[in-house]
This record gives sequence, C-alpha cells and structure tokens, in this order.
Amino acid sequence: MITEPAGLDDGALRALVPRVLAGLVRRGEDFDAAEDALQEALLEALRVWPEHPPQDPRAWLTAVATRRLIDSRRSEAARHRREETVHAEPPSGPVIEEGDDTLVLLFCCCHPDLAPASQVALTLRAVGGLTTREIADAFFVPEATMAQRISRAKRTVRERRLDQPGDLAVVLRVLYLIYTTGHADRVDLAREAIRLARQLTLATEEPEARGLLALMLLNHARLPARFDEAGRIVTLDRQDRGLWDTREIAEGVRVLQSALALQRPGRYQIEAAIAALHDDAATAEETDWPQILAWYDDLVALTGDPVRQDPAGALGRSVAVGHVRGPAAGLRETDRLREVLGDRHRWHAVRGHLHELGGDLPAAATAYAEAARRATNVAERDHLVRQAARARAGRAD
Amino acid sequence: MPKYLLLKHYRGGPEAYRSVPPIDQWAPEDVEAHVAFQHHVSELLEEHGEYVDARALAPARTFVRYGGPDAAPVTTDGPHPETSDLVAGWWMIDVDSYERAIELAAYVSSEPGPGGEPLYEWIDVREIMWERPQTTDAE
Repeated sequence: MITEPAGLDDGALRALVPRVLAGLVRRGEDFDAAEDALQEALLEALRVWPEHPPQDPRAWLTAVATRRLIDSRRSEAARHRREETVHAEPPSGPVIEEGDDTLVLLFCCCHPDLAPASQVALTLRAVGGLTTREIADAFFVPEATMAQRISRAKRTVRERRLDQPGDLAVVLRVLYLIYTTGHADRVDLAREAIRLARQLTLATEEPEARGLLALMLLNHARLPARFDEAGRIVTLDRQDRGLWDTREIAEGVRVLQSALALQRPGRYQIEAAIAALHDDAATAEETDWPQILAWYDDLVALTGDPVRQDPAGALGRSVAVGHVRGPAAGLRETDRLREVLGDRHRWHAVRGHLHELGGDLPAAATAYAEAARRATNVAERDHLVRQAARARAGRAD
Repeated sequence: MPKYLLLKHYRGGPEAYRSVPPIDQWAPEDVEAHVAFQHHVSELLEEHGEYVDARALAPARTFVRYGGPDAAPVTTDGPHPETSDLVAGWWMIDVDSYERAIELAAYVSSEPGPGGEPLYEWIDVREIMWERPQTTDAE
C-alpha cells in the first residue's frame, strides 16, 4: 500500500484513487497513461501534502495527474514540477457521480477481452489501489511477473471503448474470484473483495451485486472459526459458533433482505440465503436443512441442465438432500454427478460425509482417502487424510 | 552458499527401508504427529535461516508432448508403471555445505510414521545449479 499522506487515512486515500483514475479515463485519457500519471501524483502528494495539505485532495490529485499527462505528452522534463504542484489547485470540472465512476472503472478492468487472472490483477491495482508488490504476494508470483501481467492487461484495454455499459455479470464473477482466492496470511484479499463489492453496491441497484456482497459477508463471518489454533481446518458442523462475527452476519442479512425485496433472484442471492440459514443456526443440529434444500432447488433450477451447467450447485444440493431425505438419497444425487465431478476431491469428500452420516465408516474412510489423493491444497489434503484415518479407526466425527 | 532440493516421493527410489501402509490408514494420532513434523521442519529451517521454499505436488500426473505440425498436443495421464518416480514435494534449502544438506535430509527422514516410530523414508537430495557464471575465471 502507498504510505498515506498526512491528513488522509489509508481508507480515505484508497477510496480516492479509483475515483480520480475513473475521472481521468472518463474524460478520455488513456487508461495506461492515466494510471502512471496518478501514481506519480501520489508520490508527489507524499512529498507535498505534509506541509501543504490540499483543500480538496481529489481535485489536487486530478490536477497533478493531468499535468503529468500533459508533461509526458510533450515528452519534456518538467523543470518547475515542485513549484507547480505546491500551488496546484484544480480547474473546476463537471461534477461526476462517484458511484458511476467506480462502475466505469470496474467495467474497464473486467473487460471481457481479458483473461480472469488479468481482470483480477487489474481490478486490484486500479480499483483496489493495491501495489503491484501486494498483488504479487497475494498470488505467490514474482513481482516482475505480476507487473508484466498488469501492463499487458492495460495495453489490452487501452484501445477499447469505455462509453458502453459493461457486463456486470463479469464484474461480479471477478470480485467473487478475488474473494475465494484470498489467502489471508499475506494480503487479505477476502476483505478487499468485500470492500470492492460494497463500493459496487453504491454504484448499481442490481440485486445480484447486493447478493454477492451478502454472500461474502455471511461467509467471511465464519472465518475466525474455520481453523483451529494449529491451523487445521474445522468443518462447519464442528465450528465454535461463538467465534462467528455477529456484526458481519447482521450486515449480510440486511443487505440480502434489501436484495431479495427487489424480487429478481439470482445465484448470488440464493447462495447468500443458504449461507444465512447456516449462520442463523445456534448449533449444527438446529440447521434448517429443509429450507436450505428449498433454496438449493431454486439454485439448480436457474440452469436447464444443472449436472453439466452447475455441478457445484448440484453437489451442494446433494448434501442438503442427505440431511433432509437421508444419506442414501444424498448419495444417489451424487451418483448423477460422477461423470462430471468424479475426479474432483470435493465430490469424494461429500460422499465421505454422506457415508459417515449414514454410519458407514469404512465407506466414508475410502471416500475421504480418494478425496485426499485429489486435493490441490495442502490444508485440505491434510484435513481429508485426518478424516479418512479417523473414520478408518472407527471413530465417528 | 549452495542450494539443494530435498525431494520426497510418492513412489520410486531405493527399496523402502520400512514398509508402511498409506497415511490415510494410520491411527489418527500418528497422522497428527506426522503432519505436525512437516510444519516443524519448515519452521526449523526458517529459524536457522536455511529455508527457501517448500511445496507439495498433487499425485495426478500428465505427460505431454508436441503433436507435430497442425496437431493437438499428445497427452497421457496414465497408467504409468508403478516403479516410475513420482515426486510428492520438496524443501528448497540454502546451506553452508553438502554435509549440512545430508544432515537435514536425514532429519526429514526421521519423521514419525505408524506407532510414532521413524519412517526412514528415502529423501532425494539434489543440488540446484546456478544460472550465472562465477566472478572468478573458470578452470
């Protein structure tokens, strides 16, 4: 993160950066050049603001970045940079809705011509205001690799028209991708995704944007209970619910209700409703599985062929079926997914859970072991090996 | 300071000194002890200033080769002979000497197995070659 200039806290500056950038892009400036110019303006702010705090930081940054753009267009060294910037106060421009700006910038960063990895990187950089180093750390790649990915992405969007409405579905998918890839140990991408989704809900009335924010909040609320002190995974049914963040749950429920009130359901709202029902149960035994199953029915009904088009939703539904109609019924649901998901660890893990629910510990042990062999995450692999060993030793969960 | 990979294998290498079932069939407390030891090794290396990297590899394997002009890549994901080498993961270490690498590899191999007894697993020690020339003349 950029060190904060005096008078502006971290959050305020980070909220400001995308707005200034969006303003420049909206005015017709080249995205790539505008971003560079803004970075220079921020460095200048670090130097100048402690002694000359600006009256309007946003206008100051816009003015200085604009000057940099002009400078670079003239390709000449600005000899009087220091004197100029100290006195930089803005020409007054048209008042632009800040929410709209965020949206324009998100559409730009989530351009459909970009690969998901580039959409994510550019969004974190331009909208999130993270440094290239921070983004590189979050994805465990060298900084030079991430810098190259970002600059290629900027080149791709440079020539694209930005005055047309973008694809909100892509933006939502990118934000959810940022949330789900969050490795909390270095840069907290989950929190970053929540911040961006919150900004997005200020910019659009679309209920799915609120559904996504609610889904993130309702899941994130359980994070403190998801690992024990040794870093081991704790499954939902065994979590200490006293550790859940009740404020986040309350906000998530509120956001979800405002979305559902618009009567245009979608997959994020439905998944958020399912998460809310889990969050609402004081103990695992009190989980309202019939209602969860009803939401899963709605979820898989969104596609004509859930087995092929939404296998993850269908797999989640089979767990709910197992709890409502019995483990055998749940296992029959997973049978239908064997062809599509049979080589994924989660399919085997769900079957292990259902076998265990039905009291068949040897079958559960075999399924957990199969799942462990297919895991692509060490923490999950270790968790599944433990589950297998425990079931094989004949100990119920 | 030379760098080494301490490679663990799913299979391959010399005949096992101690034959054990797959880890998912161990007693739960033995699984815990084994996993805890892996974390302990990484922490120990970090404390000594010898840690570079640690990675685990998923066991699924696909061999790929160029398919020729205008042809799709040729892939094979098995079956592969059970005797073929299958790397499970590694620690990359930066140490004073080859001797130190051997010492650390032996320690890794003492990891607890079933019954809490050492596993005596074979560890494959490989030196990492430098990309850049030395600043002194070559021999």
